[in-house]
Amino acid sequence: MAKINKALFWSLFAAGGTLTAFVFPVLALIVLFAAYGSPADVMGYEQMHGLLSNWLGKLVAFGTVALALWHAAHRMRTALHGLGIRADGVVAAVGYGVALLGTVLSAYYLVQI
Amino acid sequence: MSEIQIELEILRYDPEKDQEPHFETYPVTCQDDWMVLDAINYIKDHVDTTISYRWSCHMAVCGSCGVMIDGEPKLACKAPVRDYANKTARVEPLANFPIERDLVVVMDDFMDKLKRVKPYLIRKEEKPLEEGEYKQSPAELKKYKQFTLCINCLCCYAACPQYALIPEFIGPAALTMAHRYNQDSRDQGLAERQDEVAKPEGAWDCSFAGECSEVCPKHVDPAGALQQLKIATTVEWYKGLIGMGGK
Amino acid sequence: MAYVRPVSKTRWYRAKRSYTVHMLQELTSLFVGIFALILLWGIGSIAAGPAAYQAFLDGLTSPLMLLWMWITTIVMFYHAIAWFSVTPKAMPVQRGEEFVPGSIIAGAHYVVWIALSLLVLLLAGVF
Repeated sequence: MAKINKALFWSLFAAGGTLTAFVFPVLALIVLFAAYGSPADVMGYEQMHGLLSNWLGKLVAFGTVALALWHAAHRMRTALHGLGIRADGVVAAVGYGVALLGTVLSAYYLVQI
Repeated sequence: MSEIQIELEILRYDPEKDQEPHFETYPVTCQDDWMVLDAINYIKDHVDTTISYRWSCHMAVCGSCGVMIDGEPKLACKAPVRDYANKTARVEPLANFPIERDLVVVMDDFMDKLKRVKPYLIRKEEKPLEEGEYKQSPAELKKYKQFTLCINCLCCYAACPQYALIPEFIGPAALTMAHRYNQDSRDQGLAERQDEVAKPEGAWDCSFAGECSEVCPKHVDPAGALQQLKIATTVEWYKGLIGMGGK
Repeated sequence: MAYVRPVSKTRWYRAKRSYTVHMLQELTSLFVGIFALILLWGIGSIAAGPAAYQAFLDGLTSPLMLLWMWITTIVMFYHAIAWFSVTPKAMPVQRGEEFVPGSIIAGAHYVVWIALSLLVLLLAGVF
């Protein structure tokens, strides 16, 4: 069982790491812009709703959020082990659990848009 | 040829007498082109004949003389005393291995793990002799050549934080050997090696710290090999899921 | 009796600078995960309607959120640079006999990164 899990979780981690490396810097920047409210209309509701209304937008958003969560869950599992936290089973359950929940929620929200 | 003064603080341990290791300090007057190994040899010959350590070729091809110098895994024959001129250098046995005596470590764990990855060409069918040799193009050779340069010095194991924390981890050099044979066009043993490589303590316990490649005296780049191995193992796993597994 | 030297499970990464750097790189994933949850919150609010979305945008303006987003942005750039620098090692490309130099593979990643970022900035209404 463990042998099966590790390949799956690692591939999600690797895909998530690559995807977030490409898009999270600019997305973080955009959220910062939105937080400052400048330029005006950045991340405006109409624009965002429009982007997420079509299936390509939904797919991209779903993939980005989900893979980012699986990446973080797997990498934090290793990191916490490195910090001396031995309860790997618990860490894995919590981390992958949050990732699974986030994956399901993002799908749930996106189909409503 | 001028002289260099150094001091070597060497970890000593006699399993028949000591409960714990302790340091002993030896000042040595070296020639300026000596390696740390020459200084240790000088100590053995002229100062303290009881000191035990491994060495052989003195030219960084046999892999015998791996030690920690100031906390860094190095080949003693490849560490110039010039770097420690007028200083005290701390010399210890390779980290993450049990100490047999003085600078000699117990390598059994690595030897077991090396065997487990089957580091030899595996054929499903042998060609009959009349058909001649297994031919390999320069490009096919180049694909895995770098990984053949490993001299099993175990510096990578001494540097690897995961091997320090997880003793079951098969480790950089052994896994690199698995990858070296998987990449060899003459080999048909990838599926056989998967059993070991795909275990958690196989490729997956590597966290890509990259320390192994940093310290490797032969520039094998085990870290690169291990990431390639992870990708190849994952591909094999997905192929297995859809019924396309086995090489 | 062979002597086994103890290793600290909690402090090993402080022994060497490169170990500490590695640990910090692993911890960047915390910011990745939390930012993904922030984006999830944003998506959820878009699904709920303009009022909920405005509440999300207003939530971003709190001092704590601003500080967090500043740190997140810097950490995300660090994550990208670190990731692109190691990708060539994991995915060597052999052309004929020789391998494509790692700098070219990394360079190609940066080109795609910039192009993609400009596209996303456009889509988000920054220009």
